[in-house]
Amino acid sequence: MTHIRSRREALRLLFLISPSLFWLIVFFFVPLLLVFAISFGERGTYGGVRWVLNLENYRRFFDPLYLRIFGRTLYIAAATTIICLLVGYPLAYFIATRPPRWRNAFLLLLMIPFWTNFLVRTYAWLLILRDKGLINTFWTGSLHMGLLQLSRLLPLPIWEPLLRATANPLTLFGTDGAIIIGLVYGWLPDMVLPCYAAIERFDFSLVEAAQDLYANRRQSFLRVILPMTMSGVVAGSVLVFIPSLGAYVTPDLLGGAKSIMIGNVIYSQFMAARDYPFGSAVSFVLMAVMLAGTLIYFRTGRE
Amino acid sequence: MSTYAIQLKDASKHFGSVIAVDRVSLSIHDGEFFSLLGPSGCGKTTTLRLIAGFELPTQGDIYICGELQGETPPYRRPVNTVFQNYALFPHMTIFQNVAFGLEMQKVARAEIRQRVSEVLEMVRLPGMGGRKPSQLSGGQQQRVALARALVNRPRVLLLDEPLGALDLKLRKAMQLELKELQRRVGITFVYVTHDQEEALTMSDRIAVMQHGRVLQVGTPEQIYEQPASRFVADFIGETNFLEGQVKGRRGSEVAVVVDGVLTLHVPAERAVGMEDEVTVAIRPEKISLHAEPPDAQAVPGVVEEVIYTGTDTRYLIRLTGQTIVTVRQQNVAVGSSACFAPGTRLYLRWQPESARLLMA
Ligand SMILES: Nc1ncnc2c1ncn2[C@@H]1O[C@H](COP(=O)(O)OP(=O)(O)OP(=O)(O)O)[C@@H](O)[C@H]1O
Ligand SMILES: [Mg+2]
Repeated sequence: MTHIRSRREALRLLFLISPSLFWLIVFFFVPLLLVFAISFGERGTYGGVRWVLNLENYRRFFDPLYLRIFGRTLYIAAATTIICLLVGYPLAYFIATRPPRWRNAFLLLLMIPFWTNFLVRTYAWLLILRDKGLINTFWTGSLHMGLLQLSRLLPLPIWEPLLRATANPLTLFGTDGAIIIGLVYGWLPDMVLPCYAAIERFDFSLVEAAQDLYANRRQSFLRVILPMTMSGVVAGSVLVFIPSLGAYVTPDLLGGAKSIMIGNVIYSQFMAARDYPFGSAVSFVLMAVMLAGTLIYFRTGRE
Repeated sequence: MSTYAIQLKDASKHFGSVIAVDRVSLSIHDGEFFSLLGPSGCGKTTTLRLIAGFELPTQGDIYICGELQGETPPYRRPVNTVFQNYALFPHMTIFQNVAFGLEMQKVARAEIRQRVSEVLEMVRLPGMGGRKPSQLSGGQQQRVALARALVNRPRVLLLDEPLGALDLKLRKAMQLELKELQRRVGITFVYVTHDQEEALTMSDRIAVMQHGRVLQVGTPEQIYEQPASRFVADFIGETNFLEGQVKGRRGSEVAVVVDGVLTLHVPAERAVGMEDEVTVAIRPEKISLHAEPPDAQAVPGVVEEVIYTGTDTRYLIRLTGQTIVTVRQQNVAVGSSACFAPGTRLYLRWQPESARLLMA
């Protein structure tokens, strides 16, 4: 904690931070309060907000319909975070242990796809995953035809189930899996970069110390490298989990009609249903969950 | 096979075009305090890392307790290392740091607790187990590093400039402590240092290294009194080098003429021919100063400069036109009564065996 020594200094400090303070208050804090106030209101007959004070919107959230969507949202965000971690940490480790001149090149390679618009990239996944997409064209096309020809050359019973499987496209589009793929793809750099920063800072002579003390490679990793790069794991996980919870574009494009997340609920309340109060309430519940999750995560991560 | 703790046979380590260790052969006895001494970059750390298994030799073999190591990984070698920067695990407490090796060896919990507290007692850090490394002073961290290695009761302890980061006073105290500890636990120490005084005071034997090669192995006394080369004589302590030519032989002595005017008689420990260019090495403290010539062997000179350094006085004395030698005299008497003033003509005398004949 810094102690402010005099009144003059306090005033100077206030002066210095006033632009950012102004920005935060006008564009962040006031709208937030507004949404909070609306969440206790009521939908007007033709949209709009009737300013009453009730908890109806929050009660409505606990409807099984919304709870199920919320549960799925948590599951998808958690799965996305775990997969990002399982892919991103080894990748970060690989990059951080290259000779210094290679590291920036690898990081650049990681970032290049992200110069393309997010919407375009997600749409590309749609083209890959849908029933007539890249994967299924191969599945029901070349693969099916190939198997068909093989079965004519070598008439064996093993072809039968394979032929039946490849006759119809795989259901990839419109599933939770498709959303998770899209989210992992979208947020991977947010996992890799903090992990990379932590691993790059790690002093690898400590691994030699561990090995000198009879720890094999696995033990050195679990007992020394991982605990000491935990800050990167925690930061990366938060950076992936929070936006995944609030994801809207990815489930909208890849989840089809069946698989929707809480972000889509909020969107449809504001846009289609014009039920601002309920949309606001859902937003606030989501925000509360994010806040609680983050606090718990940082608390446990510190120990 | 005799019981050597460590044996290196013609071991080399190349890093690309850099030859860090060059055909080194060493045999270190069980229970010995063995030092690797040499200037920065001479390959001491690399030699230690070869023994520990962090590097594999490009050529040659390494034996630990008579067993060929080959590509044995570090975690299977019966040696422990005290690293130069200590390499304590910052996220663990002192207790966890010291217990780490025992845990990895699956020692029972109760025994771990007992051995850790014993070893912390031994390095005089009792009750510090709960602290983190960052909460200790440099000297205390050094002791933890030592405890973390010793608790495993290794056959051999490798120490890489363990006192390098400490201030002079603490360093001196730790030197004695470390030596005492080594005697008590009876573990073989392989000790890396670039401080010749440290090596002389602590070691049973010393290997002097330069450019990846071992130049001489011997007891501190052998290294100091009978340096095998000019480099060793220069690196260990202070030495006067007088360059001259062999001009005659008298029994077991040769006559070396310096600057064409000054003849020195030096024991010929090595075969030299007439007219060979040689160097005569004499330690400054082996020379005595006399106002009158004590015998025919004495060499005349003129005091150029007098430097008072507390315990001794150093004289720079010109022998010939170009040759100046340093002479060190202990300040036995109080005051300046025993001093020779600059400009004084006097005579230098030394025991014949104090002068060493080295090849130029
Ligand atoms: N990993 C490496 N890659 C390339 N060269 C290396 C490597 N390790 C050491 N060297 C080189 O090998 C030589 C010996 O290094 P080493 O660290 O063994 O010296 P040292 O005697 O321990 O020196 P110091 O007293 O400065 O610690 C040096 O020239 C060094 O630059
Ligand atoms: Mg070194």
